[in-house]
Amino acid sequence: MSRENLVVVGASLAGLRAVEAARKAGFRGAITLVGAEEHLPYDRPPLSKSFLDDRDPEPPVFRTESVLRDDLGVELSLGTPATGLDVAGKQVRVGERCLDYDALVIATGATARTLPGSQHLAGVHTVRTLDDAVAVRKALDAGARTLVVGAGFIGSEIASGARARGLDVTVVEAQATPLVRAVGEVMGSACSRLHHDNGTDLRCGVGVQRVEGDGRVERVVLSDGSVIDAELVVVGIGATPATDWLRDSGLTLDSLDNGVVCDETLCTGAEGVYAAGDVARWHNPVFERAMRLEHWTSAAEQGALAARNALDPAAATPYRTVPYFWSDVYGSRIQFVGVPASDEVRVVEGDPDRGGRIVALYREGDRLAGALTINGQNVIMKYRGLITKATSWPDALAFAEQRRAVAT
Amino acid sequence: MRITVDRNKCTGLGICESLAPDVFEINDDGELVLTAEVPDGQLDDVEAAVSGCPTEALRLEQS
Ligand SMILES: Cc1cc2nc3c(=O)[nH]c(=O)nc-3n(C[C@H](O)[C@H](O)[C@H](O)COP(=O)(O)OP(=O)(O)OC[C@H]3O[C@@H](n4cnc5c(N)ncnc54)[C@H](O)[C@@H]3O)c2cc1C
Ligand code: SF4
Repeated sequence: MSRENLVVVGASLAGLRAVEAARKAGFRGAITLVGAEEHLPYDRPPLSKSFLDDRDPEPPVFRTESVLRDDLGVELSLGTPATGLDVAGKQVRVGERCLDYDALVIATGATARTLPGSQHLAGVHTVRTLDDAVAVRKALDAGARTLVVGAGFIGSEIASGARARGLDVTVVEAQATPLVRAVGEVMGSACSRLHHDNGTDLRCGVGVQRVEGDGRVERVVLSDGSVIDAELVVVGIGATPATDWLRDSGLTLDSLDNGVVCDETLCTGAEGVYAAGDVARWHNPVFERAMRLEHWTSAAEQGALAARNALDPAAATPYRTVPYFWSDVYGSRIQFVGVPASDEVRVVEGDPDRGGRIVALYREGDRLAGALTINGQNVIMKYRGLITKATSWPDALAFAEQRRAVAT
Repeated sequence: MRITVDRNKCTGLGICESLAPDVFEINDDGELVLTAEVPDGQLDDVEAAVSGCPTEALRLEQS
């Protein structure tokens, strides 16, 4: 059965890659790209990195409107969110309109979690959208004393950006060690060293009691009773899949985080409906488990594959990947590949207590499952290759030994 | 086919290396080194690297 109408909901990285892949695969039918934001698709990683510089950076838009409309032949529907999906009638509701599809890619990503009871105050921001980043940059330009809630990667990048401008920064983290879920205990504390080494006041094991101010934030009261003055509060406490609009669709949403549950080909189970990017929980054959990632690389790759699979379900192929993400803080680059397995974490280069370059490997059973580096650009992807090939733990350690011998 | 890299864009993230390790490598200075020509049989991998690069630093050109 040949398909005529591809609808892609979510006009960001995964959505853009979906429409580009559809055309690349030779699809000649109609493509509609639906986005809640007014903006053309833009790139998010720079928002908490180079976009916060004190130079005047351009918004990191991926493609011009004319490339999307004229070269790719995409109908753009920007500025209005999709509000419903009818899988039996094969329609997406957008405002007053109902769009017919025979292939659909859901790429609505995730929405930043907010801090209850603080959103009414000016000067309190999350960083998920371009508008968020513009507001944060403005506050940094004005020299705001900055408090970041949450020492995750995005929060840490914001803190680093504020420090680069010489501003006072406090980071408040509820956990005893930052990033435990993302990279485990040992490396979480190695990453948190970067804050200390760069003059950021990192406070772990404390929560935010309340954010105070008269219309605009003035201070934050912490659970240990301390009070910190701040003109800018950035909330970096994670994101949740943007699936409210799918609540009545009949699609299976994950019971814990509401991600769209997919099989290994990114199919939701409804005919012609696939999901990609931060919104999607799919079965990753490389690790034989369901996962949902909030990483650039997988969002881009899944977007492209979801479109190809949606347009030709009979030939659908699984999405197999060794997860990868990076983060840039205080001039150091943190990179992680694989999964943060906890059977064993072995530091094979460097010393987490001293800072500098560090390489750590993660074991699951007798296999290498993950690797984290700080300033280890020259080895990280070699470990990704080893994980892809299901390398045994002893072989991975032998490789690390050999690299170390070469380096010294 | 020739591969070119825009050094002003490349930040050494190395995704290209993981997709086409025979062609791309991040050296000990954190910089990308690459072969100029696409080796036989590796065009698919190199295309994946070009589209996988988060900074869109790579280009494929007819040589
Ligand atoms: C500040 C920041 C820094 C990051 N840094 C890194 C990094 O260094 N490395 C890394 O690997 N990853 C990083 N990421 C993660 C990466 O950017 C995401 O994984 C990626 O953007 C996911 O793409 P996506 O298209 O799935 O979702 P999103 O980018 O979240 O896009 C979803 C889009 O759908 C729209 N939408 C939502 N609901 C609807 C609706 N009902 N109807 C229509 N449209 C809707 C949204 O407005 C949004 O534009 C970062 C993310 C952020 C926010
Ligand atoms: S993926 Fe792109 S940015 Fe990364 S090293 Fe390769 S060319 Fe450079």
